[in-house]
Order: sequence, then C-alpha cells, then structure tokens
Amino acid sequence: MAVGDTAAGVARGKVLATGFIGPDAPREEDLYKCVHCGLCLNACPTYVETGLETESPRGRIALMKAVFEGRAGVEPGVTEHWDLCIQCRACEAACPSGVPYGRLIEQAQAQMRPRRRGVLGRFVAWLAYAQILPSPRRMRAVSAALRLYQRSGLRALVRASRVLRLVRPLAEAEASLPDLSRPAFRASGQVYPAQGETRYRVGLLSGCVMPIFHGPTMEAAVRVLTRNGCEVHVPAAQGCCGSLNLHGGDLDGGRAMARRNIDAFLDAGVDVVISASAGCGATMKESADLFRDDPAYAAKAARFGAMTRDITEFLASLPLDPPRAGTPGRVTYQDSCHLVHAQRLSAPPRALMAAVPGLELVEMEHSDRCCGAGGSYQITQREMSGQLRAHKLEEAAATGAATIATANPGCMVQFALGAREAGLDVRVCHVVDLLDEAYRREGA
Amino acid sequence: MDALVRELQRAVGSRYVLSRPQELLVYEYDGAVERALPGVVAVPGTAAQAAQVVAIARRHGLPVVPRGAGTGLSGGAIPIHGGVLMPMTRLNRVLEIDPLERMAIVEPGVVNIDISKAAEPYGLRYAPDPSSQKACTIGGNVAENAGGPHCLAYGVTTNHVMGMEIVLADGTLAWVGGRNHELPGYDLRGVLIGSEGTLAVTTKVAVRLQPVPEAVTTILAIFQDEDDASAAVTAIVGAGIVPAAIEMMDRLTIQAVEPAIHAGYPADAGAVLLVEVEGLREPVAEESEEVQQVCYRHGATEVRVADDPTLRERLWAGRKTALGALGRLAPNYYLLDGVVPRTKILEALRRIREISGEYALPIANVFHAGDGNLHPCILFDERMPGQTQRSREAGGAVLRTCIDLGGALSGEHGVGLEKQEYMELSFSEADMDAMARLNPAFGAGDTFNPGKVFPTGASCVELLQHPAIARLGVDAFV
Ligand SMILES: Cc1cc2nc3c(=O)[nH]c(=O)nc-3n(C[C@H](O)[C@H](O)[C@H](O)COP(=O)(O)OP(=O)(O)OC[C@H]3O[C@@H](n4cnc5c(N)ncnc54)[C@H](O)[C@@H]3O)c2cc1C
Ligand code: SF4
Ligand code: SF4
Repeated sequence: MAVGDTAAGVARGKVLATGFIGPDAPREEDLYKCVHCGLCLNACPTYVETGLETESPRGRIALMKAVFEGRAGVEPGVTEHWDLCIQCRACEAACPSGVPYGRLIEQAQAQMRPRRRGVLGRFVAWLAYAQILPSPRRMRAVSAALRLYQRSGLRALVRASRVLRLVRPLAEAEASLPDLSRPAFRASGQVYPAQGETRYRVGLLSGCVMPIFHGPTMEAAVRVLTRNGCEVHVPAAQGCCGSLNLHGGDLDGGRAMARRNIDAFLDAGVDVVISASAGCGATMKESADLFRDDPAYAAKAARFGAMTRDITEFLASLPLDPPRAGTPGRVTYQDSCHLVHAQRLSAPPRALMAAVPGLELVEMEHSDRCCGAGGSYQITQREMSGQLRAHKLEEAAATGAATIATANPGCMVQFALGAREAGLDVRVCHVVDLLDEAYRREGA
Repeated sequence: MDALVRELQRAVGSRYVLSRPQELLVYEYDGAVERALPGVVAVPGTAAQAAQVVAIARRHGLPVVPRGAGTGLSGGAIPIHGGVLMPMTRLNRVLEIDPLERMAIVEPGVVNIDISKAAEPYGLRYAPDPSSQKACTIGGNVAENAGGPHCLAYGVTTNHVMGMEIVLADGTLAWVGGRNHELPGYDLRGVLIGSEGTLAVTTKVAVRLQPVPEAVTTILAIFQDEDDASAAVTAIVGAGIVPAAIEMMDRLTIQAVEPAIHAGYPADAGAVLLVEVEGLREPVAEESEEVQQVCYRHGATEVRVADDPTLRERLWAGRKTALGALGRLAPNYYLLDGVVPRTKILEALRRIREISGEYALPIANVFHAGDGNLHPCILFDERMPGQTQRSREAGGAVLRTCIDLGGALSGEHGVGLEKQEYMELSFSEADMDAMARLNPAFGAGDTFNPGKVFPTGASCVELLQHPAIARLGVDAFV
C-alpha cells in the first residue's frame, strides 16, 4: 500500500499492522498516555524555533502513534522530525500526563537505525558507537591525534588552506573541538583519600568525553569531594556509560556499556556513584528501566540507579564545608537539560554557587531551554543547533556575566563554541570548577 | 494541488508548507476529541503572508482554517472540510508595550503567558489566564473568547481586547477597534471575539494590561465531601467576597493530579477548593481570613494559605495541569464546558454522577466554581469499541442537564464542532438566523473555518459526501 493510502485511509485508534519491529519499540501504554493537550509545546526548543507542530513533542508522539497504528511507516516525512528532536526532555518535565518521552524517542531512534540509508552515515555511526565510545583507550588515541592536529601547526595550515570551506560540516565540527591542550584525566583504579574524617565512600564516573575534554574539571571534582569528607574511588574497569549509544538508538550497544559500568561500580564497594556529567547521570539513574527485561541485570541495575547522584545534587545534600574565600564576579547558569529536565534538579547547582562568597548569580532568560548541544546533534543538525546556540549566547550576554556555568560536558563545548562565534570574552565552566577555585583561593 | 502548493511555497517559503501525508497527520487534532486531515498546511511568518495565503486559497476555491497552538477543546481548529490549515504560530512577536496607556500590541501567535512576562518589567500583566496559558495563543483566545480561573474577578477575553488587525475573506487587511475601548461606531471587535475563526483571521491584537496586584493570597481548602465544597463556594460568594478565583477539583481529579504534581493534596480528599484573593494588602488579609472561616464552617478538614509566589505556584500547578494529568487515568477525555447558576453547582454535580453511572464512564470534575463554569471530563479509551460514541452521548446528557438547570452550553471553550447540535437547546431559530447573517456581512462565505459554530446550511448528507469525510470514513467524525 502506498504511503498516501496508509496515512489517509485508516481511522485513528485502530491498529492495522504496527510499523514498529522488535522488542525495543515504543510501548503502547507510553504512547497513549499522551492526550494531545499541548501543554508541552512551548517547552520544546525546536517548536519554539520553527512554530511547526511537526517539530514539537506532541507532533513527534503523534507520528509514533501513527506508525504504531499502521497509518504511516518509519519513513521520510516521519523520521526527519524525530531526528530534529534534541532529546532535551523539556517536554517530559512539562507533561502533566507523565508521558516518558525520553524513553519513547530512544526507542523510535532504535526503530530508525536498521532502516537508515547512506553508507557513509552508517559507517560513521558504527565507528563512533561500536568502535570508539566503548573503549577509553581508543578515545584517548583519537584525542591524541586531534591534540597533535591542534598543536602541530597542522590546524593553522588547514585553516589557512581553505580546505575546510569546501566542506562546511567538517569546518564546524573542527571549530567545535574544545581545546585539547589541557591534561586528561584517567581512570586507573586510583583512590583519593578524604581530607579529615572519611564520611562517604564514593565512586566517580570518569566516562568517555569528560576526562579528555574536561580533565581539569574532573580534577576539580575530586578535590571538592575529598575536601567534603569523601573517599573517591575511580574504578579502572569503567568506561563510557552508554548514553550516547542509547540516544542514537543503539540500545543493545548502550546496554553492553552500561553493564560494564554497573559491574565496575558495584564491585568497587562504594556507597554512592557520582557523575559530573548530567547526561551520564540521567542515563545511570534510569538503569532499572533499561534492564527491565534482563533478569540477570534487572536487580543490579536498579541498585546502581538508586546509588547514582549528580555531583551538584550530592554536594548540596551534604553539610557542605563552605569556602572561606570567594570567586568574585557575575556568573550566569545554564540549566543542563539532563539535569533540570531528566533529573529534575535545578536548586542544587544554584545552592552550591550561593555558597561561594562574592559570587553573584544573574539568571539569564530561558536558562532551562536547551542550548542545542545534544551529543552528536551539534554535527547532525548543524543548522538548528547553531540557531539555538546563537540565541543562548545572546541571552547569556544580556546578563553581563563574565562566566557561564553549567553541569554537562556537551553544554560546555556548545557554549565555548558559541562564545567564540559571537566574539564574546566569557569563560565557560562547570559549577564544580567555581567551588574548587574558591577553595583553592583560601590559602592565598 | 501541485499548483496550490507551489503558490503557497512562494508566499510563505517552502519550509513552511507541509503537504506530505505523514506531516498532515500532526495537524489532524487539537486538544479535544475530533480529528480531520487538512489538505495542506501553510504557516505564514507575517500578516501580509497570511493575507496572501487567504487570497491563494480563495482563488483555488478552498477554505482556510486558522489555527493557534491547537489546545482548543471544541474542535475549532479541526479542518473538517480539508482545505488550507493556517497555523499562526510563527507570528509570535510582542510588537509594542505602552506602560502609560497600559496596553500592548501583539501578534496572534504570542502565547498567552508571554504577554504577562513581557509586561512584568512594567508591573503590568494580561489578566485572562486560561489553564492552558503556557501553551495557547492570544489569537486562539480571541477566537474562543477564552476565560480562566481569574476571570471571575476580571472578566473574559472580550473585556481585555481593544482591537484587532484582521484579514478578510478577500485577502484585505483591516483594523477593528483600536488602542482603547472608547471608539465610536459599530463594535465589530466584540462581534469577532468568540467567532471561532469563521469570519476573519486575526493578525494583530491590542490588549489591555493591568497592574500586578500588591498582595495575593492563595487558599487551598480540603474537603471530605464534594457537596460540602460546593456549599462553601455558594457561601463565599454569598458573603459578599469577590475572590479573583474559586476553583474546584473532585476526588477523581485529585487522584490524577497528585502523582503528577505532588501538590500535597491528601489522597483520600473528596474535593479541594482553590481560592485566590488579591488587591491591596489589608483587605486581602481580611478577605483571606474570612474565606478560611467560611471553608471551616462548611466542613473543610484542612485549610492551607500561601502568599509567597513559589508556594502559590505550587498550589496552582495542580489546577493548571489537571486536564493533562487526567491522561494518567485514561488515554482520552471528552471535556465539556457547560455553565450552571452558582447556586445549582451541587445539584449539577449530583446529576453528573448519575450520568457517569448510567453510561459506565468515569467523569472527573475540575472547574471554575466561582462562576459556575463546569468542566466535566468524561474519560474513555478510543481503542475500546463503542466508548467514543458513548462518551459523546454522556456529554449530550450533561449539556442538557446544564441547560435544564438554567445554564449554558459553553462558558469559554466555544461551540466549535462538537456542540453545534446542542445550539438549538439554547437559541431559537430567530436567534440563530440573526447570527447567521453575520457571515455574508463579512463576505466570509465558506472561506473561513466552514462547518463550525453552527452548520452553515450544509445538510448532513452534503457533509457525508464531502471528500474529507469520504476519505476518512464517517466514523472519524460522528
Ligand atoms: C489543559 C487545557 C486547559 C484549558 N483551560 C482553559 C481555560 O481555563 N479557559 C479557556 O477558555 N480555555 C481553556 N482551554 C481551551 C483552549 O486552550 C482555549 O480555547 C484557547 O483559547 C485555544 O487557543 P489555541 O491557540 O490553542 O487555539 P486553537 O485550538 O488552535 O484554535 C481555537 C480556535 O481559534 C481559531 N483561531 C486560532 N487562531 C486564530 C487567529 N489568529 N485568527 C482567527 N481564528 C483563530 C481556530 O480556528 C479555532 O477555531 C484549555 C485547554 C487545555 C488543553
Ligand atoms: S506529551 Fe504530555 S503535555 Fe505533551 S501533548 Fe502529550 S499529554 Fe500533553
Ligand atoms: S526532547 Fe526536547 S527537542 Fe525533543 S520533543 Fe522534547 S522538548 Fe522538543
């Protein structure tokens, strides 16, 4: 049957033959929780940007329902609208009906994977999801190559040669690379003792991108945690949490990576598992759902999920040892989507900043609207990502803040790129960096 | 069709014309029950583009259905005759705020709450606050003459809109009304507000702004019993207090809302009342005290009072998301909008309970109790054979009850598609005829949103022969 016929010929609510395949398909009970009330629309950055229902959460869910009911297929006219979703989950937080949108869109992505055309795209996805992300060693090798590129003068040469102008996507990917000259962090089973009495034994997620792009932030996290009575374990057996694979619809690959981390942290015998990356923390907290059909891991995953805390959440829950020195100056905070929407945490990072003497937090408008980073979104949806980035930088600049703080590596990369594009002289950092600096100034 | 699509693309840009069958699927619904596919969707970015779309559609002999955010609850934005669906969502700029004249000029796609946000720096706000205010557009509010919890004290949309720029059926742009309420001549503004997009398309709106009150107190009263809560409503109003809002939620609604919002409503509560008093500090304190006393006298088991904005918002969050939260109980709702005299609330709720039993469908009640605007919400599952039809019948019974009790069909959601058949319960033939004469006066013909408010002469048979209905099957409409 031609597509036109399926779309128009079937009345709603009746399932002819569902267009979804396999176990990881959007679930009927999730889809029909959506009562199309529209209360999520304005939370959605792509809807606000375009004004189009096709680029809205309600529209994306309607397309999933249509595929479920056999009124449309996993086909053009459907999939590009799922692809333009940043997976920021602002809609999920806004939805009173409890539609688990994050889960639905990952499952929809999983439906698209086997049907993707384009050899190059499939190859790049395979390279990233199956070959590089799962292996900390390969991640380091790639970053070493990139570092060489940045340092050796090759970059200057390439930029001067205008080669990049011929391939715009490449140029933007190149420009978005963070500065790799800073030292990397490495998980090697090390244990950092607590300063003073040991009150908590915590495991720290090192992950994939954080230790390479934001090594100094990882060091800062360790210092802040040990300062506050934590013995910090960094298990060597851990790797990437799998969230990038999951967001991209590679659910089996993502599960394999999650299993490795679950084992690594449960074996480490810690009380709490801490992530300084909001995206990873969100995925880790939701482990129980990911493994609900896997009897061997269901219980372990649930335990692991319950042990996970975002670093700002954990620190704000302690009787924090307040820094006696300050980081004076005006700071604005971008709510990382996977902290504010997926983990529903907006107060803890602000509480930590309020504890820093002299720090003046000035809220930007729409601080909880996505910056458009979204993992690989920056590369796959350059136009939308760039539009959102430009708006964000305008809103951040309007606060007059010299520092933009956030809680996730992707956001830091996106803001740094945006600042460079806009010619803005601002510093982009993690909330934990601010706290760490204040502690370190105490001696001075 | 191809020529039409090309012309529309030239007018609004190809990104903003949707004609693939899959993409039309996301424009077949609004916040209510009915559905129908548009022929094509064109989303203008300026008023001039909107006028062009109207002119193009007219040349092709096709109707134009204006659409806002699609949160409507009476099927107003459903293109039952196909044609060109024209969402106004890209026209979303606040064009001007005049703090001295206390007014603003905004485009129709501006979301209701964004007007108040833009006015906040001047200590002003836009008063009508539909529970959908975070999503619905001012254009949709004007078309439906929308109300909201605070309309008890401040009046509905028509009391706050002073003028509009509109596109007429021949594609010309004109203003009705102006920057203030005092203009000589016919009040065409008043005629167009509530006309549900059947006479013209709104492209700009001049709204009145009001000072943000000095003090606001929200009172949440918890009752074991729905009847006690209803009696308290009557008593509050009877005591001469005019709160800014009195809202009620029944047991079923509380059960849906609490897990979603954690507003702190006791799980076993029979009903809660939300009362808000606002104004100058001292009278607010007095009135708040009085409201609490009345609630206790009528059997409230607990009364909570909040005057700081965060806590107040928490109390309100339960109310403003109630409808969406009902999705936790059933995948579909049929929300009614009947009005009864305030003194008849108790009786109306009793009869609604009976109807619920009779049709074996749960009915949740969450409503503007202060002005007797009920929102019985019939819960059903469209996937269960017969339930959609049964919910419609139960709805009919509820509306008849409202009229019997001396009330009206619709308080604020409009007639749209679903309440047409009940119009004759409220209006005589002569009344209907008087309204029907407006259409030729505006030269609208079948150009705008045909088949809404009251069937425009088309008999049922003609409707059934309509291509859109023939394509989708009658089942999708009746
Ligand atoms: C959870 C929820 C709560 C609600 N609470 C309330 C409430 O408290 N009070 C209340 O009154 N309503 C309420 N509603 C109903 C709805 O939000 C209102 O009717 C609102 O005014 C519709 O606005 P919209 O932008 O979504 O318009 P749409 O639903 O898109 O359209 C509604 C009508 O307006 C017409 N229209 C839209 N824009 C234009 C334009 N620019 N020019 C001409 N015609 C136009 C359409 O043709 C259609 O007939 C609620 C709805 C939901 C889902
Ligand atoms: S996802 Fe939730 S908020 Fe959005 S339309 Fe569906 S039920 Fe409403
Ligand atoms: S996840 Fe974000 S981008 Fe995707 S639909 Fe929800 S709000 Fe929109």
